[in-house]
Order: sequence, then structure tokens, then C-alpha cells
Amino acid sequence: MIRDFALADFGFLLMAARWTVLLSLAAALGGGVLGLAIAVLRIVPVAPLNWFAIGYINLIQGTPLLGQLFVLFFGLPLFGLSVDAWTAAVVALSLYSSAFLGEIWRGSLQAVPQRQWEAGAALGLTYRQRFSHVVLPQAVRISVAPTVGFLVQIVKNTSLTALIGFVELTRASQIMTAATFAPLTVYLAAAAIYFVLCFSLSWASQVLERRLHVAR
Amino acid sequence: MSLVSLRNVVKRFGAHEVLKGITLSIEEGETVAVIGRSGSGKSTLLRCLNALEAVQEGEMTVAGIAVTSPDADLNRLRARVGMVFQSYNLFPHLTVERNVKLALKLVRKMSDAQAAQVARAMVGKVGLADKLQAYPDELSGGQQQRVAIARSLAMQPSMMLFDEITSALDPELVGEVLRVLEELAREGMTMMLVTHEMNFARNVADRVIFMHDGRIHEDGPSQEILRDPQTPELKAFLAAVLH
Repeated sequence: MIRDFALADFGFLLMAARWTVLLSLAAALGGGVLGLAIAVLRIVPVAPLNWFAIGYINLIQGTPLLGQLFVLFFGLPLFGLSVDAWTAAVVALSLYSSAFLGEIWRGSLQAVPQRQWEAGAALGLTYRQRFSHVVLPQAVRISVAPTVGFLVQIVKNTSLTALIGFVELTRASQIMTAATFAPLTVYLAAAAIYFVLCFSLSWASQVLERRLHVAR
Repeated sequence: MSLVSLRNVVKRFGAHEVLKGITLSIEEGETVAVIGRSGSGKSTLLRCLNALEAVQEGEMTVAGIAVTSPDADLNRLRARVGMVFQSYNLFPHLTVERNVKLALKLVRKMSDAQAAQVARAMVGKVGLADKLQAYPDELSGGQQQRVAIARSLAMQPSMMLFDEITSALDPELVGEVLRVLEELAREGMTMMLVTHEMNFARNVADRVIFMHDGRIHEDGPSQEILRDPQTPELKAFLAAVLH
């Protein structure tokens, strides 16, 4: 039964896009918390922790996200641990995000010039005060643009979870295409929704950068 | 007791000896200019005084704190010894006012209102009262350096260290910064400054220290030292910088 693509079908895509947004948020949150831990492990002066973090980052960055999704979704059941598509998607995307966010944030911390640490020290600030009042606020400002840039990647990468059967925007578009046989219309509509999501993020990032008085 | 006293202080970076046994005392109210070629150890000497660099040998007491003793409270030392850098090093994410207030609140434990009052007074003193709410990147180099001086003075230090603070400035901005230093010297602030401004050293400093190869090579009243250098090294240095 083939029918035309109608407004109600666009509504169906929008409802599915909800899951794209939720999955992105969950990945950003999970990846953010884990990423912070990775950034810390990467810079603390304890060599084995640094090696662990570097190994983790290389493992995650050096393998495709799709592979990580498959390992979690199809691999774990082989060991008697069955996971549903949502859980597999959230865990895989969080792990994936943590490796990248961790490196972005480590880089941002190290991008704050040594001179700023010294200026804080010369005023008698303790190490913690230098970190939290001088270096961290500057690192946060430096990290806004690359962090949001990566979040845009996350939004788009959620589409890979369609391949483990998670019904987000891309999977919904496949279903809709099968029903209407109007792939061009359906996928253009999906692309438009992705664009609105990603563009809003980039726009918010620019506003935030202006507000935070990012050092030029 | 002298405000600063060093005995046989040695500083090494790895195997490289930068300070080869410095013995020196500075009295309260003195303005001491440190001159010498780049690499002679003058900036390192200054940075050792507030423990931004650790020394390897010798004894050093600054502003009543035995810096070389293992349990020295370095943050307390630094709160007593102000330092201004060549590259200003203002905090770019904070306004002029908040740059000055930060250490007053965190280190001196002042209330925000008290700190704001001190900030207004100090920034006014360097002639920038109208820039309190400006961010550092909205100021010229000379203005940023004056704010850096105000930020340091606000802590009411026992002495001030100035590390080539006019070297990064455009020539037309040097004067406004030097005028602030002159006023400080007149008020009796104890100051030690590494400088390439020989006229300033002659006219404002009481005393000049010439560093050469990690040692204090000549040390004396500024007029005398600069008019009548005793060693061939200082003669050659002065000939080079004064053309």
C-alpha cells in the first residue's frame, strides 16, 4: 500500500526527532561526565593514569562508532548480557563522546598560557584558587566553540543507531520511505530537521561566546 | 633587618647554572634597578625573590619570610611581594575592577564592597578610573600595564618587583608607565626593577646592580655606577645600550 507523503507524516518524523534530541542529550551528559574524568586522568601527574587515559582515547577514537554500537548491541548478548537498542545507543555514544570531549577540554586547559598561572601565583592565590578563578574560566571560554562543534557531530551521529533498530529520525525516515515510496521528499524533510537542530546549537554557541567575553 | 637578604644563592635549570652565588641585601624604601645583558640572570633573580623559581642553594629571606626554609609559606610571601610582568598578564575574562578585586577577596578576605573601594582607589591612582568596567582587550598596552601595577599595589605589598615592564610597549606608551613608577619611588615604595631604560635607572633608582654571567658584577649608587663604571664588562654594556 503506497500513499503520498502528507503533513501528518512530517509530524511522525518530528516525533521521531524527539528521540534524536533525547539521545543527543543523554550522550552529551554521559560523555560530558566521563570526558571530564578522562581530561583529569590525562593531566594529573601520575603516569599510569595518563597511560590509561591515552589508551582509552586511542581505542575509542581509533575505532568506528558503528563498530562500537555493534559490539555493544550484538556482542554483549553473546556473553549473556542483553541490552536494548536505547541502552546500547546511549552507552556507545557516551563512550564515544567522552574520548573526544576529554581531549577537547584537556587542550582547552593547556591552552591557557602558563603566564596566567604565574600572575595568579604572584598575587598570592593558592593553587586551587589559581585553577578555579583564573585558569578554569578561561579554559571554559576556549572550549565553547570546539565543544559545541562536537555536539553537532553527536546529533548527526545518532543517525547510526538506526542500524541497531533504534527508531530516531533516520530510522523513522526509512520506515516512512517504505510506506510512501517518496525517498527524496522524506529524506529532505529529515535533513531539514537535522539542520534546524544543528544550526540552533551553532547559533547558541556564538551567542554564548559573545556573552562570556572570550579572549581574542 | 633588611627587607631582602640573599646569601650565596644558586639557581640552576638542569645542569645550567643561571645564578652563581648571589649575595645581596635591600633596605626598606630603596629603588634598585637591575641591568645587564639578556641571559645574565637578572629576570631569574627577580623571579626567585617571590619564589616563582625555586633556588637550589643558599639562604634567602624576603619580607620577613625565610624563603629557602622547607616550610616557607610561599603564597603568604607572594601576597607581600608584588610583581608586574613584561606581558602584563591581566586576567582577560575579568573587567579591570574584578582583576583588582580577585586577590583582595580571595587572599585578603575583603568583602566585595571593601575590595571595590580599594580597586577604585588604586585604578584611580594609575589614572584609569574611567576604565574600571573595561575588559583588558579594550585597553592599550600602556593602560593594561598600569592596571597590572594597580592590581599588585592593591595588595599593599612590602615591596614591588618589576620585570622589564616597558619592554613590550610601543615607545609612545612607555612614558605613562614610567611616570607611575616614579611616583611610587617618591612615595617610598621598596622596588626592584629589571630594566633597559638607562635614563630611568639613572634618574629614579637609588641604586644600580649590574649582572653579568649569573653574578652581581657591580653594585652601587645609580649616578656613580652609570657615570663611572669600574669593570670592562659594564663599560662595554653601557657603550652598547647608550650607543
